[in-house]
Amino acid sequence: MSVHRESAAKLYVKVRADFTLDGRIVPLMLRTEDGPACRIDRIVDVRPAPSLKAGGQGMRYTCRVGERTLMLFYDEPYWFIEADDSR
Amino acid sequence: MDRIILHCDANSFYASVECLYNPAIRHRPVAVSGDAQARHGIILAKNEIAKRYGVKTGEAIWQARQKCPELLCVPADFSLYVRFSRKMRRIFEQYSDRVESFGLDEVWIDLSQPGLCWDEGVRMAHALRRRVREELGITISVGVSFNKVFAKLGSDMKKPDAVTAIAPDRFRELVWPLPAGDLLFVGPSTRRKLAAINITTIGDLARFDPALLQSRLGKNGLTLSAFANGEDRSPVMPSDQRMAIQSIGNSTTPPHDLTCEEDARCLYTLLAESVAARLRAEGLRARCVSISARTAQLSTASCQCMLKEPTNLTDEIAQAALGLFAGRFGGHFPYRSVGLSCSHLSPDNAPIQLDFTGNEEKRMRLEQLERSIDGLRRRYGHQIVQRGVVLCDRDFAQINPVENHTIHPVPFYAG
Repeated sequence: MSVHRESAAKLYVKVRADFTLDGRIVPLMLRTEDGPACRIDRIVDVRPAPSLKAGGQGMRYTCRVGERTLMLFYDEPYWFIEADDSR
Repeated sequence: MDRIILHCDANSFYASVECLYNPAIRHRPVAVSGDAQARHGIILAKNEIAKRYGVKTGEAIWQARQKCPELLCVPADFSLYVRFSRKMRRIFEQYSDRVESFGLDEVWIDLSQPGLCWDEGVRMAHALRRRVREELGITISVGVSFNKVFAKLGSDMKKPDAVTAIAPDRFRELVWPLPAGDLLFVGPSTRRKLAAINITTIGDLARFDPALLQSRLGKNGLTLSAFANGEDRSPVMPSDQRMAIQSIGNSTTPPHDLTCEEDARCLYTLLAESVAARLRAEGLRARCVSISARTAQLSTASCQCMLKEPTNLTDEIAQAALGLFAGRFGGHFPYRSVGLSCSHLSPDNAPIQLDFTGNEEKRMRLEQLERSIDGLRRRYGHQIVQRGVVLCDRDFAQINPVENHTIHPVPFYAG
Protein backbone atom coordinates (compact mmCIF):
# COMPACT_ATOMS: atom_id res chain seq x y z
CA MET A 1 0.00 0.00 0.00
CA SER A 2 1.28 3.40 -0.88
CA VAL A 3 0.51 4.92 2.54
CA HIS A 4 2.78 2.37 4.25
CA ARG A 5 5.98 4.42 4.46
CA GLU A 6 8.64 3.83 7.07
CA SER A 7 10.29 6.76 8.82
CA ALA A 8 12.56 7.15 11.82
CA ALA A 9 9.84 8.71 13.94
CA LYS A 10 7.05 6.33 12.96
CA LEU A 11 6.05 3.13 14.74
CA TYR A 12 3.40 0.96 13.20
CA VAL A 13 1.27 -0.66 15.88
CA LYS A 14 -1.34 -3.39 16.28
CA VAL A 15 -4.63 -2.11 17.63
CA ARG A 16 -7.60 -3.74 19.29
CA ALA A 17 -10.69 -1.60 18.78
CA ASP A 18 -14.44 -1.34 19.19
CA PHE A 19 -16.49 -0.72 16.07
CA THR A 20 -19.52 1.00 17.54
CA LEU A 21 -23.10 0.74 16.31
CA ASP A 22 -22.99 4.33 15.05
CA GLY A 23 -19.96 3.58 12.88
CA ARG A 24 -17.14 4.99 15.01
CA ILE A 25 -13.88 3.17 15.68
CA VAL A 26 -12.71 3.36 19.30
CA PRO A 27 -9.19 1.99 19.87
CA LEU A 28 -8.89 0.14 23.21
CA MET A 29 -5.37 -1.34 23.25
CA LEU A 30 -2.23 -0.96 21.19
CA ARG A 31 0.98 -2.88 20.86
CA THR A 32 4.23 -2.27 18.94
CA GLU A 33 5.73 -5.21 17.08
CA ASP A 34 7.83 -6.50 19.98
CA GLY A 35 6.58 -4.40 22.90
CA PRO A 36 4.01 -5.06 25.59
CA ALA A 37 0.31 -4.33 25.08
CA CYS A 38 -0.80 -0.92 26.40
CA ARG A 39 -4.33 -0.25 27.50
CA ILE A 40 -5.71 3.09 26.32
CA ASP A 41 -7.23 4.72 29.40
CA ARG A 42 -8.99 7.61 27.73
CA ILE A 43 -9.40 9.18 24.30
CA VAL A 44 -9.16 12.94 24.73
CA ASP A 45 -9.67 14.06 21.14
CA VAL A 46 -10.43 12.61 17.69
CA ARG A 47 -9.94 14.53 14.44
CA PRO A 48 -8.38 14.18 10.99
CA ALA A 49 -4.82 15.54 11.12
CA PRO A 50 -1.38 15.21 9.59
CA SER A 51 1.54 13.77 11.52
CA LEU A 52 4.31 16.22 10.73
CA LYS A 53 6.70 14.35 13.01
CA ALA A 54 6.23 10.79 11.72
CA GLY A 55 5.01 11.59 8.22
CA GLY A 56 1.48 10.65 7.20
CA GLN A 57 -2.11 11.71 7.68
CA GLY A 58 -5.25 10.12 9.01
CA MET A 59 -7.73 10.11 11.87
CA ARG A 60 -5.76 11.23 14.93
CA TYR A 61 -6.70 9.86 18.35
CA THR A 62 -5.16 11.73 21.26
CA CYS A 63 -4.94 8.98 23.90
CA ARG A 64 -4.04 8.85 27.56
CA VAL A 65 -2.00 5.76 28.44
CA GLY A 66 -1.13 5.92 32.13
CA GLU A 67 0.63 9.22 32.65
CA ARG A 68 1.49 9.70 28.99
CA THR A 69 -0.35 11.27 26.06
CA LEU A 70 -0.03 9.36 22.77
CA MET A 71 -0.91 10.48 19.27
CA LEU A 72 -2.36 7.43 17.54
CA PHE A 73 -3.09 7.73 13.82
CA TYR A 74 -5.35 5.61 11.66
CA ASP A 75 -4.05 6.07 8.10
CA GLU A 76 -6.26 3.41 6.55
CA PRO A 77 -5.59 0.52 6.75
CA TYR A 78 -2.58 1.10 9.05
CA TRP A 79 -2.25 2.39 12.60
CA PHE A 80 0.87 4.20 13.76
CA ILE A 81 2.19 6.30 16.64
CA GLU A 82 4.84 8.98 16.68
CA ALA A 83 7.95 7.18 17.92
CA ASP A 84 9.12 9.57 20.66
CA ASP A 85 5.78 9.36 22.37
CA SER A 86 6.07 5.60 22.81
CA ARG A 87 9.06 5.75 25.09
CA MET B 1 -27.23 38.34 -7.94
CA ASP B 2 -23.49 37.82 -8.53
CA ARG B 3 -22.24 34.29 -8.05
CA ILE B 4 -19.59 33.43 -5.45
CA ILE B 5 -17.18 30.93 -6.97
CA LEU B 6 -14.01 29.56 -5.44
CA HIS B 7 -11.12 27.96 -7.29
CA CYS B 8 -8.89 25.89 -5.01
CA ASP B 9 -5.47 24.86 -6.23
CA ALA B 10 -3.36 22.50 -4.10
CA ASN B 11 0.15 23.97 -3.99
CA SER B 12 2.84 21.71 -5.52
CA PHE B 13 0.36 18.89 -4.92
CA TYR B 14 2.40 15.74 -5.65
CA ALA B 15 5.54 17.14 -4.00
CA SER B 16 3.60 18.33 -0.93
CA VAL B 17 2.10 14.88 -0.39
CA GLU B 18 5.53 13.25 -0.76
CA CYS B 19 7.07 15.69 1.73
CA LEU B 20 4.19 15.09 4.15
CA TYR B 21 4.82 11.34 4.09
CA ASN B 22 8.59 11.63 4.31
CA PRO B 23 9.71 14.17 6.95
CA ALA B 24 13.39 13.46 6.18
CA ILE B 25 13.16 15.14 2.76
CA ARG B 26 10.92 18.04 3.78
CA HIS B 27 13.70 20.60 4.04
CA ARG B 28 15.46 19.64 0.83
CA PRO B 29 14.70 20.54 -2.80
CA VAL B 30 12.33 17.77 -3.91
CA ALA B 31 10.80 16.94 -7.27
CA VAL B 32 8.34 14.21 -8.16
CA SER B 33 9.37 12.75 -11.49
CA GLY B 34 8.48 10.04 -13.97
CA ASP B 35 10.61 6.93 -14.30
CA ALA B 36 13.88 7.88 -16.02
CA GLN B 37 14.65 4.23 -16.86
CA ALA B 38 11.39 3.96 -18.77
CA ARG B 39 12.25 7.28 -20.50
CA HIS B 40 9.52 9.16 -18.61
CA GLY B 41 12.12 11.21 -16.78
CA ILE B 42 10.42 14.56 -16.56
CA ILE B 43 9.59 16.73 -13.55
CA LEU B 44 5.90 16.37 -12.64
CA ALA B 45 5.94 18.62 -9.56
CA LYS B 46 8.45 20.31 -7.28
CA ASN B 47 8.38 21.74 -3.76
CA GLU B 48 8.88 25.40 -2.85
CA ILE B 49 12.63 24.93 -2.24
CA ALA B 50 13.19 23.37 -5.67
CA LYS B 51 11.10 26.15 -7.19
CA ARG B 52 13.51 28.71 -5.80
CA TYR B 53 16.30 27.07 -7.84
CA GLY B 54 14.22 27.58 -10.99
CA VAL B 55 13.20 23.92 -11.40
CA LYS B 56 10.20 23.80 -13.74
CA THR B 57 7.41 21.29 -14.26
CA GLY B 58 7.76 19.46 -17.56
CA GLU B 59 11.52 19.75 -17.95
CA ALA B 60 13.82 16.72 -18.05
CA ILE B 61 15.44 15.54 -14.83
CA TRP B 62 18.93 16.28 -16.19
CA GLN B 63 17.91 19.87 -17.01
CA ALA B 64 16.53 20.35 -13.48
CA ARG B 65 19.73 18.90 -11.97
CA GLN B 66 21.80 21.44 -13.87
CA LYS B 67 20.01 24.20 -11.98
CA CYS B 68 19.87 22.32 -8.68
CA PRO B 69 22.50 19.55 -8.36
CA GLU B 70 21.20 18.42 -4.95
CA LEU B 71 17.64 18.00 -6.26
CA LEU B 72 16.04 14.89 -4.81
CA CYS B 73 13.81 13.13 -7.36
CA VAL B 74 11.20 10.78 -5.95
CA PRO B 75 9.04 8.50 -8.10
CA ALA B 76 5.36 9.40 -8.47
CA ASP B 77 2.86 7.46 -6.39
CA PHE B 78 -0.42 8.22 -8.13
CA SER B 79 -2.62 6.05 -5.93
CA LEU B 80 -1.58 8.16 -2.93
CA TYR B 81 -2.31 11.42 -4.80
CA VAL B 82 -5.74 10.17 -5.90
CA ARG B 83 -6.48 9.26 -2.30
CA PHE B 84 -5.50 12.75 -1.10
CA SER B 85 -7.46 14.36 -3.88
CA ARG B 86 -10.58 12.50 -2.69
CA LYS B 87 -9.97 13.57 0.91
CA MET B 88 -9.72 17.18 -0.22
CA ARG B 89 -12.89 16.86 -2.24
CA ARG B 90 -14.73 15.42 0.76
CA ILE B 91 -13.92 18.60 2.70
CA PHE B 92 -15.06 20.82 -0.20
CA GLU B 93 -18.33 18.93 -0.54
CA GLN B 94 -19.26 19.96 2.98
CA TYR B 95 -19.55 23.53 1.70
CA SER B 96 -21.49 22.99 -1.52
CA ASP B 97 -22.86 20.24 -3.75
CA ARG B 98 -21.47 22.08 -6.78
CA VAL B 99 -17.84 20.99 -6.76
CA GLU B 100 -16.15 20.48 -10.12
CA SER B 101 -12.71 18.87 -10.34
CA PHE B 102 -10.13 20.10 -12.82
CA GLY B 103 -7.45 17.43 -12.64
CA LEU B 104 -6.39 15.93 -9.30
CA ASP B 105 -5.35 19.14 -7.61
CA GLU B 106 -7.83 21.82 -8.69
CA VAL B 107 -11.54 22.32 -8.08
CA TRP B 108 -14.16 24.97 -8.56
CA ILE B 109 -16.80 25.37 -5.87
CA ASP B 110 -19.98 27.39 -6.37
CA LEU B 111 -20.98 28.76 -2.96
CA SER B 112 -23.79 31.00 -4.24
CA GLN B 113 -27.03 30.81 -2.32
CA PRO B 114 -29.69 33.33 -1.44
CA GLY B 115 -28.61 35.57 1.41
CA LEU B 116 -24.90 34.69 1.24
CA CYS B 117 -22.96 37.92 0.92
CA TRP B 118 -19.57 38.43 -0.71
CA ASP B 119 -17.66 38.89 2.60
CA GLU B 120 -19.17 35.67 3.92
CA GLY B 121 -17.90 33.87 0.79
CA VAL B 122 -14.37 35.19 1.39
CA ARG B 123 -14.57 34.10 5.04
CA MET B 124 -15.62 30.61 3.92
CA ALA B 125 -12.64 30.51 1.53
CA HIS B 126 -10.32 31.20 4.48
CA ALA B 127 -12.05 28.56 6.61
CA LEU B 128 -11.62 26.03 3.84
CA ARG B 129 -7.96 26.88 3.35
CA ARG B 130 -7.32 26.48 7.10
CA ARG B 131 -9.19 23.17 7.25
CA VAL B 132 -7.17 21.64 4.41
CA ARG B 133 -3.93 22.69 6.12
CA GLU B 134 -4.95 21.51 9.58
CA GLU B 135 -6.64 18.26 8.55
CA LEU B 136 -4.56 17.14 5.57
CA GLY B 137 -1.20 18.83 6.19
CA ILE B 138 -0.95 20.37 2.71
CA THR B 139 -1.75 23.89 1.55
CA ILE B 140 -4.08 25.33 -1.08
CA SER B 141 -4.46 28.73 -2.68
CA VAL B 142 -7.97 29.93 -3.20
CA GLY B 143 -9.34 32.43 -5.70
CA VAL B 144 -12.74 33.94 -4.93
CA SER B 145 -14.64 35.62 -7.72
CA PHE B 146 -17.97 35.88 -9.54
CA ASN B 147 -17.01 33.54 -12.40
CA LYS B 148 -14.83 30.49 -12.93
CA VAL B 149 -12.20 32.20 -15.09
CA PHE B 150 -11.42 34.99 -12.59
CA ALA B 151 -11.57 32.54 -9.65
CA LYS B 152 -8.86 30.48 -11.36
CA LEU B 153 -6.85 33.60 -12.06
CA GLY B 154 -7.17 34.56 -8.37
CA SER B 155 -5.84 31.24 -7.11
CA ASP B 156 -2.65 31.83 -9.14
CA MET B 157 -2.08 35.36 -7.78
CA LYS B 158 -1.04 34.54 -4.22
CA LYS B 159 0.66 31.26 -3.21
CA PRO B 160 0.95 29.21 -1.06
CA ASP B 161 -1.81 28.95 1.58
CA ALA B 162 -3.56 32.17 0.57
CA VAL B 163 -6.88 33.62 -0.54
CA THR B 164 -7.25 36.19 -3.31
CA ALA B 165 -10.63 37.82 -3.85
CA ILE B 166 -11.58 39.44 -7.16
CA ALA B 167 -14.85 41.25 -6.51
CA PRO B 168 -17.19 42.36 -9.32
CA ASP B 169 -16.46 46.03 -8.62
CA ARG B 170 -12.67 45.58 -8.47
CA PHE B 171 -11.80 43.22 -11.32
CA ARG B 172 -10.69 46.03 -13.64
CA GLU B 173 -7.98 47.21 -11.28
CA LEU B 174 -6.90 43.68 -10.23
CA VAL B 175 -7.17 41.65 -13.43
CA TRP B 176 -6.70 44.04 -16.32
CA PRO B 177 -3.02 44.88 -15.65
CA LEU B 178 -2.09 41.13 -15.77
CA PRO B 179 -0.44 39.66 -18.88
CA ALA B 180 -2.93 38.23 -21.41
CA GLY B 181 -1.13 34.87 -21.16
CA ASP B 182 -2.44 34.45 -17.59
CA LEU B 183 -6.01 34.05 -18.86
CA LEU B 184 -7.43 30.55 -19.26
CA PHE B 185 -7.15 29.38 -22.90
CA VAL B 186 -4.42 31.83 -23.86
CA GLY B 187 -1.52 29.54 -24.72
CA PRO B 188 1.79 30.48 -26.38
CA SER B 189 0.29 30.49 -29.88
CA THR B 190 -2.69 32.73 -29.00
CA ARG B 191 -0.35 34.96 -27.00
CA ARG B 192 1.79 35.49 -30.09
CA LYS B 193 -1.26 36.29 -32.21
CA LEU B 194 -2.46 38.78 -29.58
CA ALA B 195 0.96 40.39 -29.31
CA ALA B 196 0.93 40.91 -33.08
CA ILE B 197 -2.09 43.22 -32.66
CA ASN B 198 -0.58 44.94 -29.62
CA ILE B 199 -2.59 43.09 -26.99
CA THR B 200 -0.31 42.28 -24.09
CA THR B 201 -2.55 42.62 -21.02
CA ILE B 202 -5.97 41.26 -20.14
CA GLY B 203 -7.16 44.90 -20.09
CA ASP B 204 -6.00 45.36 -23.72
CA LEU B 205 -7.98 42.24 -24.60
CA ALA B 206 -11.11 43.49 -22.81
CA ARG B 207 -11.02 46.87 -24.57
CA PHE B 208 -10.32 45.46 -28.04
CA ASP B 209 -13.23 45.37 -30.51
CA PRO B 210 -14.73 41.82 -30.21
CA ALA B 211 -15.66 41.67 -33.92
CA LEU B 212 -12.08 42.46 -34.91
CA LEU B 213 -10.81 39.90 -32.42
CA GLN B 214 -13.13 37.32 -33.96
CA SER B 215 -11.76 38.05 -37.41
CA ARG B 216 -8.25 37.33 -36.08
CA LEU B 217 -8.89 34.39 -33.72
CA GLY B 218 -12.23 32.97 -34.86
CA LYS B 219 -14.81 31.93 -32.28
CA ASN B 220 -12.11 31.79 -29.61
CA GLY B 221 -11.67 35.55 -30.00
CA LEU B 222 -15.21 36.23 -28.80
CA THR B 223 -14.79 33.83 -25.89
CA LEU B 224 -11.57 35.49 -24.76
CA SER B 225 -13.10 38.94 -25.07
CA ALA B 226 -16.01 37.84 -22.86
CA PHE B 227 -13.63 36.25 -20.33
CA ALA B 228 -11.53 39.43 -20.09
CA ASN B 229 -14.70 41.47 -19.44
CA GLY B 230 -15.84 39.16 -16.64
CA GLU B 231 -18.70 37.72 -18.68
CA ASP B 232 -17.91 34.02 -18.24
CA ARG B 233 -21.21 32.34 -17.37
CA SER B 234 -20.11 28.69 -17.44
CA PRO B 235 -21.63 26.78 -14.53
CA VAL B 236 -19.81 24.75 -11.88
CA MET B 237 -20.89 21.17 -12.51
CA PRO B 238 -22.66 19.52 -9.54
CA SER B 239 -20.71 16.77 -7.76
CA ASP B 240 -22.85 13.91 -8.94
CA GLN B 241 -23.07 14.94 -12.59
CA ARG B 242 -20.64 13.19 -14.93
CA MET B 243 -19.27 15.25 -17.74
CA ALA B 244 -20.10 13.90 -21.18
CA ILE B 245 -17.04 12.27 -22.70
CA GLN B 246 -15.89 14.07 -25.83
CA SER B 247 -12.95 11.90 -26.81
CA ILE B 248 -11.06 8.84 -25.66
CA GLY B 249 -7.34 8.59 -26.26
CA ASN B 250 -4.08 7.09 -25.11
CA SER B 251 -0.48 7.92 -25.71
CA THR B 252 2.72 6.18 -24.79
CA THR B 253 6.46 6.79 -24.66
CA PRO B 254 7.83 3.29 -25.28
CA PRO B 255 11.09 1.98 -23.77
CA HIS B 256 12.89 2.72 -27.07
CA ASP B 257 12.25 5.00 -30.06
CA LEU B 258 10.14 3.85 -33.01
CA THR B 259 12.58 3.24 -35.85
CA CYS B 260 10.55 1.43 -38.54
CA GLU B 261 7.05 0.76 -39.91
CA GLU B 262 6.95 -2.48 -37.91
CA ASP B 263 7.36 -0.53 -34.63
CA ALA B 264 4.61 1.86 -35.66
CA ARG B 265 2.25 -1.02 -36.52
CA CYS B 266 2.93 -2.65 -33.17
CA LEU B 267 2.39 0.50 -31.08
CA TYR B 268 -0.63 1.87 -32.91
CA THR B 269 -2.27 -1.57 -32.64
CA LEU B 270 -1.60 -1.54 -28.91
CA LEU B 271 -3.07 1.94 -28.55
CA ALA B 272 -6.05 1.11 -30.80
CA GLU B 273 -6.75 -1.95 -28.67
CA SER B 274 -6.78 0.11 -25.50
CA VAL B 275 -8.89 2.91 -26.97
CA ALA B 276 -11.37 0.42 -28.47
CA ALA B 277 -11.68 -1.38 -25.12
CA ARG B 278 -12.40 1.92 -23.37
CA LEU B 279 -14.98 2.87 -26.02
CA ARG B 280 -16.75 -0.45 -25.44
CA ALA B 281 -16.58 -0.02 -21.67
CA GLU B 282 -18.23 3.41 -21.98
CA GLY B 283 -20.87 2.10 -24.45
CA LEU B 284 -19.60 4.32 -27.27
CA ARG B 285 -18.50 4.22 -30.90
CA ALA B 286 -16.30 6.80 -32.63
CA ARG B 287 -16.22 8.25 -36.13
CA CYS B 288 -13.02 10.26 -36.01
CA VAL B 289 -9.52 8.86 -35.44
CA SER B 290 -6.61 11.21 -34.64
CA ILE B 291 -2.99 10.26 -34.21
CA SER B 292 0.00 12.17 -32.96
CA ALA B 293 3.72 11.48 -33.04
CA ARG B 294 6.52 13.20 -31.21
CA THR B 295 10.07 13.33 -32.51
CA ALA B 296 13.21 12.92 -30.43
CA GLN B 297 13.47 16.75 -30.52
CA LEU B 298 10.09 16.82 -28.73
CA SER B 299 8.16 18.48 -31.54
CA THR B 300 4.71 16.99 -31.96
CA ALA B 301 2.46 16.77 -35.01
CA SER B 302 -1.00 15.30 -35.37
CA CYS B 303 -3.60 14.50 -38.03
CA GLN B 304 -7.05 12.97 -38.19
CA CYS B 305 -9.55 11.27 -40.49
CA MET B 306 -13.24 10.40 -40.50
CA LEU B 307 -14.43 6.80 -40.76
CA LYS B 308 -17.37 5.64 -42.90
CA GLU B 309 -19.12 4.05 -39.92
CA PRO B 310 -18.78 4.68 -36.19
CA THR B 311 -16.66 1.93 -34.65
CA ASN B 312 -15.32 0.42 -31.45
CA LEU B 313 -13.25 -2.29 -33.16
CA THR B 314 -9.49 -2.48 -32.72
CA ASP B 315 -8.72 -3.40 -36.33
CA GLU B 316 -10.70 -0.56 -37.87
CA ILE B 317 -9.17 2.01 -35.54
CA ALA B 318 -5.66 0.59 -36.02
CA GLN B 319 -6.01 0.55 -39.81
CA ALA B 320 -7.18 4.16 -39.86
CA ALA B 321 -4.29 5.13 -37.59
CA LEU B 322 -1.71 3.31 -39.69
CA GLY B 323 -3.13 4.82 -42.88
CA LEU B 324 -2.72 8.28 -41.34
CA PHE B 325 0.76 7.45 -40.11
CA ALA B 326 1.94 6.20 -43.51
CA GLY B 327 0.60 9.34 -45.20
CA ARG B 328 1.92 11.91 -42.73
CA PHE B 329 4.79 10.49 -40.71
CA GLY B 330 6.11 7.45 -42.60
CA GLY B 331 9.76 7.62 -43.62
CA HIS B 332 10.70 10.26 -41.03
CA PHE B 333 11.80 7.93 -38.24
CA PRO B 334 12.72 7.89 -35.37
CA TYR B 335 9.78 8.90 -33.14
CA ARG B 336 9.90 9.15 -29.37
CA SER B 337 6.24 8.78 -28.47
CA VAL B 338 2.91 8.25 -30.19
CA GLY B 339 -0.71 8.88 -29.36
CA LEU B 340 -4.12 7.88 -30.68
CA SER B 341 -7.49 9.35 -29.88
CA CYS B 342 -11.07 8.81 -31.04
CA SER B 343 -13.79 11.47 -31.12
CA HIS B 344 -17.21 12.24 -32.70
CA LEU B 345 -18.68 9.71 -30.30
CA SER B 346 -22.13 8.15 -30.47
CA PRO B 347 -23.83 5.57 -28.22
CA ASP B 348 -23.25 1.94 -29.21
CA ASN B 349 -26.97 1.17 -29.09
CA ALA B 350 -27.75 3.60 -31.92
CA PRO B 351 -29.43 1.84 -34.89
CA ILE B 352 -27.09 0.28 -37.46
CA GLN B 353 -27.76 0.06 -41.21
CA LEU B 354 -27.42 -3.64 -42.16
CA ASP B 355 -26.23 -4.56 -45.66
CA PHE B 356 -26.62 -7.45 -48.12
CA THR B 357 -22.92 -8.29 -48.22
CA GLY B 358 -22.86 -9.45 -44.61
CA ASN B 359 -20.19 -6.93 -43.68
CA GLU B 360 -22.20 -5.57 -40.74
CA GLU B 361 -22.79 -9.08 -39.43
CA LYS B 362 -19.06 -9.70 -39.53
CA ARG B 363 -18.46 -6.48 -37.60
CA MET B 364 -21.00 -7.51 -34.96
CA ARG B 365 -19.25 -10.89 -34.54
CA LEU B 366 -15.89 -9.13 -34.23
CA GLU B 367 -17.32 -6.90 -31.53
CA GLN B 368 -18.54 -9.98 -29.63
CA LEU B 369 -15.05 -11.46 -29.90
CA GLU B 370 -13.41 -8.29 -28.60
CA ARG B 371 -15.87 -8.08 -25.71
CA SER B 372 -14.95 -11.65 -24.77
CA ILE B 373 -11.28 -10.63 -24.74
CA ASP B 374 -12.19 -7.65 -22.53
CA GLY B 375 -13.80 -10.12 -20.11
CA LEU B 376 -10.76 -12.39 -20.08
CA ARG B 377 -8.45 -9.47 -19.42
CA ARG B 378 -10.64 -8.18 -16.60
CA ARG B 379 -10.46 -11.54 -14.87
CA TYR B 380 -6.91 -12.68 -15.62
CA GLY B 381 -4.94 -9.52 -16.44
CA HIS B 382 -4.01 -7.65 -19.59
CA GLN B 383 -1.26 -10.01 -20.78
CA ILE B 384 -3.53 -13.11 -20.82
CA VAL B 385 -4.44 -12.56 -24.50
CA GLN B 386 -2.19 -10.66 -26.88
CA ARG B 387 -2.21 -9.94 -30.57
CA GLY B 388 0.57 -11.47 -32.64
CA VAL B 389 1.62 -8.09 -34.01
CA VAL B 390 2.49 -6.70 -30.58
CA LEU B 391 4.76 -9.66 -29.80
CA CYS B 392 7.27 -8.65 -32.47
CA ASP B 393 9.06 -6.47 -29.91
CA ARG B 394 9.52 -7.76 -26.40
CA ASP B 395 9.77 -4.25 -24.87
CA PHE B 396 6.59 -3.07 -26.55
CA ALA B 397 4.67 -6.22 -25.56
CA GLN B 398 5.06 -5.22 -21.87
CA ILE B 399 3.18 -1.94 -22.38
CA ASN B 400 -0.34 -1.90 -21.02
CA PRO B 401 -1.88 1.39 -22.05
CA VAL B 402 -5.22 0.71 -20.32
CA GLU B 403 -3.84 0.33 -16.82
CA ASN B 404 -0.83 2.59 -17.18
CA HIS B 405 -1.31 5.98 -15.66
CA THR B 406 -3.32 8.43 -17.75
CA ILE B 407 -4.53 11.80 -16.59
CA HIS B 408 -7.59 12.65 -18.59
CA PRO B 409 -7.83 16.13 -20.03
CA VAL B 410 -10.93 17.78 -18.68
CA PRO B 411 -12.90 19.98 -21.04
CA PHE B 412 -13.65 23.41 -19.55
CA TYR B 413 -17.14 23.45 -20.96
CA ALA B 414 -19.57 20.68 -20.14
CA GLY B 415 -20.18 18.80 -23.37
